[in-house]
Formats: sequence, C-alpha cells, structure tokens
Amino acid sequence: MIRFENVTKVYDQQARPALDAVNLEIDRGEFAFLVGASGSGKSTFLRLVLKEDRASSGTVYVAGQNVAKISSWRVPRLRRGIGVVFQDFRLLPQKNVFANVAFAMQVIGKSRSVIRDTVPEVLKTVGLEGKENRLPHELSGGEQQRVAIARAVVNRPGILLADEPTGNLDPTTSMGIMGVLDKINQNGTTVVMATHDDDIVNEMRKRVVELKNGVVIRDEAKALYTSMIPIVGQSRRLKDASGREEIPPPSPAAYSDDAGEEQR
Amino acid sequence: MRLAFILSEIGSGLRRNVTMVISVILVTFVSLTFVGAAGMLQLQINQMKGYWYDKVQVAIFLCSDGSTASGCATGPVTPEQQDNLQRLLESPAVAQYINDFQFESKDEAYKHFKDQFSNSPIVDSVTPDQLPASFRINMKDPEKYQIISETFSSQPGVETVIDQRQLLERLFSAMNAASLVAVSVAGVMIVCAILLIATTIRLSAFSRRRETGIMRLVGASKTVIQLPFILEGVIAAVVGAALASGTLWAVAHFFLGEYLSKQYPDTAFISPGQTLILAPALLILGGSLAGISSLLTLRRYLRV
Repeated sequence: MIRFENVTKVYDQQARPALDAVNLEIDRGEFAFLVGASGSGKSTFLRLVLKEDRASSGTVYVAGQNVAKISSWRVPRLRRGIGVVFQDFRLLPQKNVFANVAFAMQVIGKSRSVIRDTVPEVLKTVGLEGKENRLPHELSGGEQQRVAIARAVVNRPGILLADEPTGNLDPTTSMGIMGVLDKINQNGTTVVMATHDDDIVNEMRKRVVELKNGVVIRDEAKALYTSMIPIVGQSRRLKDASGREEIPPPSPAAYSDDAGEEQR
Repeated sequence: MRLAFILSEIGSGLRRNVTMVISVILVTFVSLTFVGAAGMLQLQINQMKGYWYDKVQVAIFLCSDGSTASGCATGPVTPEQQDNLQRLLESPAVAQYINDFQFESKDEAYKHFKDQFSNSPIVDSVTPDQLPASFRINMKDPEKYQIISETFSSQPGVETVIDQRQLLERLFSAMNAASLVAVSVAGVMIVCAILLIATTIRLSAFSRRRETGIMRLVGASKTVIQLPFILEGVIAAVVGAALASGTLWAVAHFFLGEYLSKQYPDTAFISPGQTLILAPALLILGGSLAGISSLLTLRRYLRV
C-alpha cells in the first residue's frame, strides 16, 4: 500500500537528511507504528506519503502509484485515498460534530443524501452517536479526536495516517482512541501511526518501525516500543527483513468498496 | 451540492471580511468611474463632431429665408446661384485645393441635425426650412481655408463660409486632455484597487486557513478551494463597477440631460442610454482585474 524505495529527503543541504535512503513497505490492511525521537523523520515520512513534499531522491509508491508521477491536478484524488489525523484534532470550531464530518464530504462534492446517510454511520463507528449537534469546545479531548478520526475516514480512504493522535490525551482516553483505530484497521484500512506513546505501542503489539536520524533502525512485527532484543548498530537492519515476514496477510475482501460499506 | 457549498463559502467569506469588501467596492467604484468618465468624454466628442466633422473641413452655407448676410440681398439662394457656385468649385482655380465636395440639401441637413440632436428638446422645434443648404468641402490642405473663404464669401447666394474644425478643435483638445487626466487618475486608482483586492484575498485566505487546510487534506480540488476566494474579489469588484455605471448614467441623465442641455441648447449631448454601452465594459474590466489579482495572490498565499 505504501512503499518507499531508497527514499532520501533533504530539507537543508548543510544539515543531515531528514530521511536517509529509507526502504520500507507497508502492506494493505496493515497496522504499523512509526516510532522514534523528535526529528527522527516520522513526520517527513507522512508528508511524503501525502505528497506535501517531494522526495529528494528515491521513489514513493502509494496504492501502487509513484507519487512523483502524479500531476498536480490529480493530487486531490491521491489525498482522497488517505485519511489524516493530527495531535491537535484540527476541527472547525464554529461547526458542530455532524457538520465537521460532513465538511469532508461536501468539499469533494458528495450529495446531501449520501452525507445524511454516511455521517451518522461513521459517528457510530467512532463511538459518538447522539453527539451530532455538539460543538467541538463542548467535547472532551478524546471525543474531539474521535470526531477528527470520523472526518478522516468518512470518505473511506484506503490509508489512515495518524500523527501522534494520542499526544494530547490521557492514557485511558488514548486506549479508547486506539480501539477506534484498531476497529478501522479491522475494516481493512491500512493504518500508519507516528507516536511517542510507549504504553500504547506495548499494549497493541503491532508492527513497529523505528526511525533514528532519518534511518530505519528497527522494523519488527508484533513488537514493543523498545526492542527486547539487544542488537547493536548495523545488525539491527538485518532484523528488519525477518520481522516483516511475520505479518499476517490481510483479507482482500475487507478492502473492496462494497465490502467496506457493510462492515461499517 | 458543490455549487451550494461554494456559494455558502462565498457568503461566509464576504460576511467575515465586510470592511475590506466595502473598501474594495469603493475603490473599484471610484477607479472605474474615472475610466467611464474618460469614455464619456470620448462619446461626447463623437456626438459633437456630428455627421460631417471627419469628412469635411469647410462648409459653405447658402442663403435661406431669414438670412441677413450681404450675399443674401436677393433672398434665398436661387438654383442659378447654386449652379454658379458648383461650377466655381469645379473650376481649376478652386479644384486644385480640394479633394471633393458634397451638396447638402435642406432635407439632408434636417436629417443629420435630427441624428446629432436626438437627445435635445430643440429637435422638435426645428423644420427643414430653417436649416440652410450647404456645400461641404474636403480640403487637400485644411490650412488653405482662407482661399476658399475669400473666394466664396462674397459670392451671391452664400450666407457664410465656416471652418468647422477651427471652431471645435480647441474644445476637443481640451476634452481630450480631460479624458487623459481621467485615464491617468483611473490608472492610479486601478493599481490601488488591485493591491487592495490582493490584500483582502490574502486576509480572507489567512482567516480561513483552517478550513482550506482541511479541504486540502480530504482531497478537495483546487477549484473548490480557490473559487470562493476568487469569486469574493470578483463580486466586490463587479458591485463597484455597477455603482460606477450607475453614477455615469446619473451624470448623463441629471447633469447633461437636465442641466447642461438646457444651458446650451445648440450643443449635442450624449443621452443617458449611450453611457450604458460603457457599463458592460466596466463590469468586465472590474471583474477581470479582481479575478486576475486574486488568482495571483492565491498562488502565493494559499497552498493547494
């Protein structure tokens, strides 16, 4: 679903690259954590997937397409296939919950009746039924993040990118959010989540990709936030290959459009 | 749905930015009024030129009923006098100075008069009899007017010889200078309008960066994101242009039509209806200026 081939991203010629020759593949239906200290390249990774930035060298494939070859007027179509959730929720303060979610459908020209049918369904998925008419400031942080997730997935993207979605939330609320993300992943959406939250990573036991200074230093399936196996230097990379093979393949049916409708 | 959405976005943008929108309307209004004023002066010049101005330079008016000039002692021009004058015009002595000449009968004169003074009340009180017949002469060299004047003034049947250019040229050059000034002021005001529109759109884009950011992320097309901003500027400018057109119409109707044409009944003024041909030009000019300047601004300040 997302494939990085030897991708390097340099923001500043003098500084070290934000991403340095990264090779990474995230399969359809996978749930992957992106961990690493601030400045390790997590956000750059997400920006490259969204074509917010161009890779300095190497190739980024999203849903089988080389993003460098997508012309600017087709970038919106790429982004319709990717939902994004942020640490700061980014809701529209003057719109209520329903309108915030509906906004994502309005701007891509969905009809009123489709919006009326879809939004309550998605709000139910994220556990917000009955709160359609609340304004964002009347909701707790966890609920606001649920609205943001609902907005990100309402157009049924194949990929959900989450940039520290639990960064502003307490541990209990965070686990609730993880439940929602897991449910969305169960429905067939590929989820990539950048995070610092070790409790969550340890609890979920999903694939973990660790970045350090723009280099992938660990790629383990069903892993913990910090590696249990003490590996030094380069040999960590060797672990990558074996780690990836342990991931169970997702069911292809879960991903097709009609199937998605029922599962939601 | 998308159209309704874009319209509601425009509405909310205009509401949020009311003061800036009003200033855009006023600036485009003033600048386009100056553009229109220049246009009106040119229309007025055309109106005053009448039928003959661009075709001939010198007119020989023939005697009619009420003429008191010395050449008209025998009353209105007779056919023989008229034939004599025509032969004189065709004679080599005179013909070398002129390209060609035309005879304008009383009826033709009345027709041209009616066209030129169609907006003036005077037209109803004039009959063909009151208008003199004339020879209209296109000179090879307009400076040689004196020769024609000397040759014909004393001929029987000639009331007077007039160099129309000399009468109107000074007025026209003053009016041309005035339209030049109007255009220059308009130019400065238009620059002002463009910069103001750019600033307004920039503010508008900034105050809605949250919305546009989300629109980008969920894959809204460039059109859906940018169109509300562009149309905001265009709508404001078009309102300004409409006000300018209204003002020009009011000037033509109340100042020229009701006041000046009564003060100077022998001058042909443009009608209020004629200023309306300027309106579409002003609307298009205002709209496209706003559209282009907001498009350029958005390319810098709104990432899509």
